Amino acid sequence: MSDTKKTGSVMTSNNKGMVFLRENAGILVALVILCVFLSVFPGTSESFPTVRNVFNVLRQISSNLLLACGMTMVIILGGIDLSVGSVIALSGVLAAGCVSRYGMAIPAAMLVGVLIGIVFGAFNGAVVAKTTIPPFIVTLATMNIARGLAGVYTGGSPVRVVSKEWQFLGAGYIANIPVPVIIMVVVFIISILIVNRTKMGRYIYAVGGNVQAAKFSGIKVEKVKFFVYTYTGLLAGLAGIILASRMYSGQPTAGEGAEMDAIAAVVVGGTSMAGGSGKLGGTLIGALIIGILNNGLNLMNVNSFWQTVVKGVVILLAVFLDYIRNIKKND
Amino acid sequence: MKHISKKFPGVYALKNIDFDLRAGEVHALLGENGAGKSTLIKVLGGIYHAEEGEIEIEGKPVQINSVQDAEKNGIAIIHQELVLVPYMNVAENIYLGREPGKGIVADRAQMVKDAQKILDELGMDIDAKTLVKDLPIAKQQMVEITKAVSENSKILVMDEPTSSISDKEVENLFGIMRDLTKKGVGIIYISHKMSELEEICDRVTVMRDGEYVGTKVVKETNKDELIAMMVGRTLTNYYVRDYQEPGEEVLAVKHLTDGDRVKDVSFEVRKGEIVGFAGLVGAGRSETMQALFGLGRETKGEVFINGNKVEIKSPNDAIKHGIALVPESRKEQGLYLVQDVRYNTTIEVLKEFIGKLMVNEKKEAAITQKYIDLMATKTPSQHQVIGNLSGGNQQKVLIGRWLSTNPQILILDEPTRGIDVGAKSEIYSIMNDLLKTGVSIIMISSELPEIINMSDRVYVMADGRVTGCIEHEDVSQETIMKLAAI
Repeated sequence: MSDTKKTGSVMTSNNKGMVFLRENAGILVALVILCVFLSVFPGTSESFPTVRNVFNVLRQISSNLLLACGMTMVIILGGIDLSVGSVIALSGVLAAGCVSRYGMAIPAAMLVGVLIGIVFGAFNGAVVAKTTIPPFIVTLATMNIARGLAGVYTGGSPVRVVSKEWQFLGAGYIANIPVPVIIMVVVFIISILIVNRTKMGRYIYAVGGNVQAAKFSGIKVEKVKFFVYTYTGLLAGLAGIILASRMYSGQPTAGEGAEMDAIAAVVVGGTSMAGGSGKLGGTLIGALIIGILNNGLNLMNVNSFWQTVVKGVVILLAVFLDYIRNIKKND
Repeated sequence: MKHISKKFPGVYALKNIDFDLRAGEVHALLGENGAGKSTLIKVLGGIYHAEEGEIEIEGKPVQINSVQDAEKNGIAIIHQELVLVPYMNVAENIYLGREPGKGIVADRAQMVKDAQKILDELGMDIDAKTLVKDLPIAKQQMVEITKAVSENSKILVMDEPTSSISDKEVENLFGIMRDLTKKGVGIIYISHKMSELEEICDRVTVMRDGEYVGTKVVKETNKDELIAMMVGRTLTNYYVRDYQEPGEEVLAVKHLTDGDRVKDVSFEVRKGEIVGFAGLVGAGRSETMQALFGLGRETKGEVFINGNKVEIKSPNDAIKHGIALVPESRKEQGLYLVQDVRYNTTIEVLKEFIGKLMVNEKKEAAITQKYIDLMATKTPSQHQVIGNLSGGNQQKVLIGRWLSTNPQILILDEPTRGIDVGAKSEIYSIMNDLLKTGVSIIMISSELPEIINMSDRVYVMADGRVTGCIEHEDVSQETIMKLAAI
């Protein structure tokens, strides 16, 4: 029933924290239950709730959350980006190659890695913005191109870099906090600021919610699309060098399936694949749930095949929860 | 239908409604948006289940718990939003889900033949092999009706079938409806347009706030009585318009052309007047305004604002020059349906409260409240998802959004389409107030009474051209139709 209650009252004071809790009640409860369970379960109660393990989990989810930040924006925009996993590999091997094959300075080489991400993102964005080719197809193509190029460049074997400086980004610490975790936090905050506190953020929702209305509103739809895909590419490039740094090598197989993990975090976080709505806060919780679950199963010595099964079940449960909530809301 | 009640959490959507339909009659269901018409229809169609009450068909009580039940009982509903498959042809759509043929193989040739036969019988000028996406809305509607007829429906429900088709097509539709009633089909007709009721309906039942108000024989009642029943009070001033002497010319459009949709269109607008644009659907009125607004594909021509020539290449240019366009199709071209009232109100003026990575929420709330108050929008809060508001309130939010840009020229494309009389009258009154503040309004409307009663002057368009301009004293149905039908 689409009726309006006949009141004219206004809610101006709306505590943001409360709104966040209400919107994400389901997955927050799941997250808390998961943490409590792992803290008391005999097999994990000693190893899970330690500072070391917490940082461990955060480091493990860092590259997924980087991708998922971009992916959330892409999905709010009504699109999808399948290329991010492959871009991780290409940016990693090229950055590593710049050091080990051409003797480039490490910061410059890493910049090359990030640039690769930007180039791919910008290409995706330009094609999606200027044509009506579905983003799924465009990024499916660039996914193959990037993965293929990574293989061509390396001949299939890892490009090693033996240097302490190289490892700083992926395995280093600042004040006892892993560097990738710090990068993750910074990227997350920047993404939140873009989405919630800029005009561009509003425009992303507008284009994803109703592209025709956005045009009538005078929103530069092409610019918005280009920006979002480019930003996502940048984050993929960044994730690529972090991963290559941690593994002291650029690997042509790095980031396989990473795009799907990012999508999973976004979806578990309650963002609709239909576009036009979604929240980065949800994505953070989604990435945490998936990461903690993997960590817990690891600590319990469950084999990785079962971990994949569990991940699938969690995705299903999360979207099912959302589905039930929407039914209740609409009837 | 007897004593039908339906509850939604917290509210009664329907309270003890009685409704009867005779074979061969057209029975109008009238009421403001939110009166419960759609809910009642959804109960009949098996989409909702009523907690109380019973439904009898031909004297026998029936249980309708699903859409299939409704179909089995000969009930067909033609929804406001058409539900055809665009990339299938007409015949396939008509026989969707019950294709003739053996086993899993559909006999396409037979299907097309059968479909064409029914189409011809009904006198519809449609080829059964056309893809539905290539048909104009009016013909798509005809396809829906044909589909219902082919299912041998005894009860046909039409939910605002004329809201998006032209007068000529309406005539055609009414002809087909009359034929159907002669064959004994009973038609439930939902519409906001009074003039149509007089023309096509036998009886009319009025609902208000989920309650049954009364049933009248159309010939024995009149518009004022029906409106009074609908709103629960007498609306003395339905059209609100104080005529004033228009001021200086604010807009002059010369030789505006956009492909073959808009051909050499010229017109002027003066300060504080309403310029109406009349014509049949497809006459190029919306396209003209979109071209003016910078949304054209290959726009040529000159635009002068306050006597100065301006270049408008995008909606942003138009907004900068003080033009606002409230588009024809609320849902497709205007609203961000999953977002709330606040988001939908402020999207044009973000720079007033977003800057340096900060959102001034107080300011945003104040802007939103200003336009909620100005437009008298009924919403539980600024955070209400706009898709949950009634059509009238959605339209008010949309108009408010464009007023926030402080336009000197406000273009309203079908400003009252599909909204109830109460909200309509309120929108007229707001338009009237805007004129006094020096805003000029261009109003496209397919409702002639609206054009006639609200405009200072009326431009009539046909086939992409302006065919004439009628001054207020001379505006009438006849003068407009003479210029529109070419």
